[in-house]
Amino acid sequence: MAVKVRVPTPLMKLTDNKSEVTAEGATINDILNNLENQFAGIKERICDEKGAPRRFINIYLNEEDIRFLEGENTPVKDGDEISIIPAIAGGA
Amino acid sequence: MIDFTDEQIERYSRHIILPEVGGEGQSRLLESKVLLVGAGGLGSPAAFYLAAAGVGNMGIIDFDTVDLSNLQRQIIHNTERIGMLKTESAKKTISALNPDVNVTVFNEKLTSENILRLFEGYDYVLDGTDNFATRYLINDACVMTGKTNIHGSIFRFEGQVTIFKPDEGPCYRCLYPEPPPPGMVPNCQEGGVLGVLAGVIGNLQVVETLKLILGKGETLVGSLLIYDALKTEFRKLKLKKDPKCPVCGDQPTITELIDYEEFCGLSR
Repeated sequence: MAVKVRVPTPLMKLTDNKSEVTAEGATINDILNNLENQFAGIKERICDEKGAPRRFINIYLNEEDIRFLEGENTPVKDGDEISIIPAIAGGA
Repeated sequence: MIDFTDEQIERYSRHIILPEVGGEGQSRLLESKVLLVGAGGLGSPAAFYLAAAGVGNMGIIDFDTVDLSNLQRQIIHNTERIGMLKTESAKKTISALNPDVNVTVFNEKLTSENILRLFEGYDYVLDGTDNFATRYLINDACVMTGKTNIHGSIFRFEGQVTIFKPDEGPCYRCLYPEPPPPGMVPNCQEGGVLGVLAGVIGNLQVVETLKLILGKGETLVGSLLIYDALKTEFRKLKLKKDPKCPVCGDQPTITELIDYEEFCGLSR
């Protein structure tokens, strides 16, 4: 399955400054591993040592937060869009 | 409904002719009480347009002074006011724009000690701060006091807006249970920001605040609006209340206000 992954600004230095990349896999977990193969270092920015997304980063499958689906085991299908959305604090 | 003066009817005529506002809605705006936390990038445009709209009671919290590097985006201040307290500068601009607005200034740094006192008397809190510590403090205090938090944040060319309305939708901790540890996110100053992005996001916070006060339209309760200025793209993601949320969930573990260590920002 090929899906579109939206990369947030703080992680774009790992993706050659691309805000959108393509990844392959059947679940969110596969997608994260596939991203790591393409862009070394990106997974540890998104996930903790146990492989779960960090508590200040959410992953959305299309419009839905995967925490309310099946988490990292959520299946994905061709044409899905995954967004990685970290907390940002700026405002001054 | 309040008795408008002739001057008010003229000042707010473009509002009053809108069926969604009318005399009644304008009365509501004039009687509303909105607290702005931060008179910086987001707070500047927000204070400006809230004042123009005739939001009658505005509190502004900020302990900082106007700096030359602020003026690329903090448009409520100006070059002559460098060194002046931001609250005083904001009050001056607001009073010159619309004398109907009662401005109360708090030259204080928001902490767990003073937040409940400062929140008293306000119905809506517009979060225009620049650091996680204060954002979590504002969230927790809003949940505990039942106040609506109109949230906006910016980084480089990207902005996020949502509303955290206790009981009706998720809170900030439903999204992000804990702040990131220092060093895990880029510092705001290092990151930079397109000045006008603060204007876009701060004004979206105002649009949402006005709709909440008027009780019109669909608000961002339960949705996260993301704006990508480089792509010229708005996206809306669904937010859900987390039953396991540490502050607004079924069994909250956070029942007292927390002062997190400060990082990412507080300008200098």
